[in-house]
Amino acid sequence: MKGLSTKHLLGIEHLEKEDIDMIFQVADNFKDIINRPIKKVPTLRDITIANLFFENSTRTKLSFELAEKRLSADVVNFSAASSSVKKGETLIDTVNNILAMKVDMVVMRHPSPGAAEFLSKHIDSVIINAGDGTHEHPTQALLDAYSIREKLGNVSGKKVVIVGDILHSRVALSNIHCLQKLGAEVKVCGPLTLMPKYIESLGVKIETNLKKALEWCDVANMLRIQHERQEIKHFPSLKEYTLQYGLTQEILDSINKELVIMHPGPINRGVEISSEIADSDSAIILDQVENGVAIRMAVIYLLAGKI
Amino acid sequence: MSLQEREILNKTEINILISRLTRQLIENHNLFQQSVLIGVQPRGIYVANRLQEKLKELSGIEVVTGSIDTTFFRDDFRRKDKPLLPSVTNLDFSIEDKKVILIDDVLFSGRTVRAAMDALLTYGRPSSIELLVLVDRRFSRNLPIEANYVGKYIDTLSNERVEVMWQEIDGTDKVILVKK
Repeated sequence: MKGLSTKHLLGIEHLEKEDIDMIFQVADNFKDIINRPIKKVPTLRDITIANLFFENSTRTKLSFELAEKRLSADVVNFSAASSSVKKGETLIDTVNNILAMKVDMVVMRHPSPGAAEFLSKHIDSVIINAGDGTHEHPTQALLDAYSIREKLGNVSGKKVVIVGDILHSRVALSNIHCLQKLGAEVKVCGPLTLMPKYIESLGVKIETNLKKALEWCDVANMLRIQHERQEIKHFPSLKEYTLQYGLTQEILDSINKELVIMHPGPINRGVEISSEIADSDSAIILDQVENGVAIRMAVIYLLAGKI
Repeated sequence: MSLQEREILNKTEINILISRLTRQLIENHNLFQQSVLIGVQPRGIYVANRLQEKLKELSGIEVVTGSIDTTFFRDDFRRKDKPLLPSVTNLDFSIEDKKVILIDDVLFSGRTVRAAMDALLTYGRPSSIELLVLVDRRFSRNLPIEANYVGKYIDTLSNERVEVMWQEIDGTDKVILVKK
């Protein structure tokens, strides 16, 4: 059996289907391990991993850190707010300084699209992209697809609609690549002002009517409206967005069909999804979070084998 | 590189060994009320299954049987070219205060058994762990580990490999010695 086809995890776009299958297979084992009384294995006790977060994150950062600790790796954390980046240090210098302290692997979130790939070309270390601007968020897409597989048995042949702010979403792009590679059909739904220009060139159809999109799909992935990335107004008001694209009990009742509801978090309750739905049995939001740790353990484990 | 094969055990001989090992287990574990069989993945599970069947045949006892994967506890991670891909651990019972009989096909360096014991202890504290192997390649240990029950002792060279084949996956029951 070969390993992963890549030395880094920069995005889903360049992964093979076999890579994704292998990550899922290993994640199954780790999911079992994190549900045991002793949730830890000694596998990576000789590895040190730096988590570099140049942008805020709660879930992803915690999830990566837990995954690393469950594998017994040593972990150092770094966030831009409290660092020398403020003093004018470049990205490559910052990372090289960290690597000089004998770090084996770098997990990085950065506001600039392509930051992870840029780093991988200039740095001699294994890089895992934990989100680069509006580009990709590969581990989120992997855990989303893994959660669909867990809930529905298979990803292939399933219909998934991604609803909301596609324009600013790295989750959407990574999800589209990942789901398509696994044989699912993907549509995006939201106001046209929040659709990237060339989205249809990815083989994704746009649906502007939420009800129609829900009638079509097996899985609805509700994205967050990213207030912090909107320099200009893309829709008149949050209230209007909620009326058109908010997922509520009424609209679900009106289509009379069982759907799997997903959300990558953090949830804006009452905006893209009502509290009632977010807490309902069809929502697998917390399963996604649990699976996130298993998926990240699998990615780190398989990449660490290449160091 | 030419491979030379020599058969060490045939189907009948394996069956005789399994019968003898089962009787030895019965001698020490009586009714198996507190005892469990745990096969070491990937290939110890076949020995465990045979023992379980034979035990039922000889004494009517249905002993609890599981399997354990050692991948994440091995000490050769990142020392091999290929990644170590895990198998399934199947322990849907508690091992707390149980007499565990750990089962593998071949005992060689002892490193897999060390990893299996570490993996097992993350599930709880058994009252004891014993080791049963079908084949013991003696004088080749890297660690101070010996089996409590041995099917057959074999003297081998380090460039030789012992392969245990099973009807279920390889089409026949036999043990061969392969020279690289």
